[in-house]
Amino acid sequence: MKISFSSLLCFILLSSAGAFAEPLKVGFVYLSPAQDAGWTYAHEKARLYVEKELGDKIQTTFIENVNEGSDAERVIHKLASSGYSLIFTTSFGFMNPTFKVAQRFKNIKFEHATGYKTASNMGVYNARPYQGRYLTGLIAGKMTRTNVVGYIATFPIPEVIRGINAFTKGLKETNPDAVVKVVWISSWYDPAKERVAAETLILQGADILSTHADSPTTVQTAEAKGVYAFGYHSDMSKYGKHAQLTAVVHNWGQLYLNEVKSVLNNTWKPENLWYGLKEGVTQLSAFNKAVPKEVQDLVNTRKEQIIKGEKRVFDGPVYNQAGELVVKKDNTISDSDLLTMNWYIQGIEGTLPGH
Amino acid sequence: MLRLEARRHDSTLMALVSPLIATALTLVAGSILFSLLGHSPGRALYTFFIAPLSDLYGWTELGVKVAPLMLCAAGLNMCYQAKVWNIGAEGQLVIGALAGGYVGLMFPDTQTHWMLVPVLGFGILGGMAWAGLAAWLKTRFNTNEILTTIMMNYIALYGLLYAVHGPLKDPNGYNFPESAQFSEFVTLPVLFPDYRINISILFGLFALAASWIVLNRTLPGFQMRVLGQDQSAAAFAGFNQNRIVWSVMLVSGGLAGLAGICEVAGSIGQLVPQISPGYGYTAIIVVFLGRMSPIGIFFASILLGITYLGGEMVQMNFNLPKSITGLFQGMLLFFLLASDILIHYRILPANRASRVHS
Repeated sequence: MKISFSSLLCFILLSSAGAFAEPLKVGFVYLSPAQDAGWTYAHEKARLYVEKELGDKIQTTFIENVNEGSDAERVIHKLASSGYSLIFTTSFGFMNPTFKVAQRFKNIKFEHATGYKTASNMGVYNARPYQGRYLTGLIAGKMTRTNVVGYIATFPIPEVIRGINAFTKGLKETNPDAVVKVVWISSWYDPAKERVAAETLILQGADILSTHADSPTTVQTAEAKGVYAFGYHSDMSKYGKHAQLTAVVHNWGQLYLNEVKSVLNNTWKPENLWYGLKEGVTQLSAFNKAVPKEVQDLVNTRKEQIIKGEKRVFDGPVYNQAGELVVKKDNTISDSDLLTMNWYIQGIEGTLPGH
Repeated sequence: MLRLEARRHDSTLMALVSPLIATALTLVAGSILFSLLGHSPGRALYTFFIAPLSDLYGWTELGVKVAPLMLCAAGLNMCYQAKVWNIGAEGQLVIGALAGGYVGLMFPDTQTHWMLVPVLGFGILGGMAWAGLAAWLKTRFNTNEILTTIMMNYIALYGLLYAVHGPLKDPNGYNFPESAQFSEFVTLPVLFPDYRINISILFGLFALAASWIVLNRTLPGFQMRVLGQDQSAAAFAGFNQNRIVWSVMLVSGGLAGLAGICEVAGSIGQLVPQISPGYGYTAIIVVFLGRMSPIGIFFASILLGITYLGGEMVQMNFNLPKSITGLFQGMLLFFLLASDILIHYRILPANRASRVHS
């Protein structure tokens, strides 16, 4: 009996040692195609970065264009049941499907982007692109001639509203007379609608455009019409060499590398990460040479202040659209209030859909 | 060169052989495609068609995927038999999900599974009402149902977006556009514990069987087919054309609505902005791929379901982009529909005189 038990133990040890020699399998679930720009592309770039850094210690795959309805759970389940030990799901709509699969596969680690649900084997992570938005707002305020700046928005959720507000905050800081006009396109990715929205905003006098949508269409349209624009998600300068002043980009590479390494070292634990300029997850791409030196200096100063924690984007005074003082001087907006933000600050034209 | 000549009668031999020709062409073209991409064609094709069904989970997920296709296609087939071109199953599905989901969300504290009856009922009614609007426009104002149903698809989608961004948004959901999750009493019973497949697949199979009986064994079904084949003959026979239009639209709307509420009360479990990856549109392909017969629709929806699951497997195992799997699906459909021409036509050398007899 004793012999057979120890041989069994031997067998388990050997087979688990064999399992350790296998590369760690890491899966990624994408909402849209991993093209050459945009939200999903930023994740795809990070996947390739992690693969390059860790070589044959890991093996990765991705499934793209996954519908957020009933398909998502199957795709995540399929990865979990095919030996993938760490699974990144990179869109908000994957939250409940990820949570459901995480309940079933307790020994597999899940990382979900932009949501709020966690579990013993499910962490969440997000970026703070609104910090970059604020910096681009500073540039827009200095560079607009018409004092009208256009913003192409997707859906009125806190993430998007936060971006518009932060942009407006920066704009007002450098140019109190400028206003932001917003067009809602009710889509994350629709080049045709993005183009129409950009053209509409230009017709309404906007000479600088900012966008939350996924494609480089806004930058392309700005280039064609001879106005400026800010890229988003990834550097879009190749779509508008003259038009793109800078882009607010996500750099998930280091975050993903850390997560994968912690699984390799058995130190992974579920966390709620919200990383921004300080951690390098939110960044600005290189400035266009059209951005004057003193504007670049101002942006870099503000960026350093945010990184050092001397300044936050929504430091008071902040007024809402009705002109009421919402955040007093020397106060700021807490992270939990930022996460549920559903009101406009002063300086934005029009009303928030559904309000 | 070759030319086509119409057969006097459809070839029964070709009706059986053409799917085999299509399969062979797909396998050859698929092999070329995957070889060019540097993958073993055998492994790729295995991953596409066999691997998705290699375990019970795969089979049950196939059921999850085909149930809404069968429900939508069963209804659309009745419309198309009567040459009523309802393109609106997608919108009817969405409104069904919205109406039934609304009822489910209004009574979160119900402690009985009987709650599913009004939830499913309102799902069906929602789809019927949405299709009924198009039927009314057609019978009252003679509007083209192709245009109205397509446009109403968009309206339905925006209605859903409004609901999940506004009145039906989960109050504890950090302002994200999703409803609260349905209680377990508003969730469809699953067929096996630990698997997602639920009773909606039974609804789908029942709808196909019932539509076969209606079309082939009842007077209303006969009237639908006569109207579809010859409008003036239907008029001479004294069939009430408007009543047929209303019937097929309401039935297909109700079935699409049922598909919608089954998606949200089944595998999704809440109202979300993206309920359907285009089931209502795919069902149109399913109807024609199934040669407008309920039995054909059964096989066509299974085939399409497998290609969707297989596409995900190929992406995962070979790191291929979605566009490649989409391309392969497109080839398969093209060959299947193109081979059908052999049923109605024969291929002859261009210089040979046509034969008098078929």
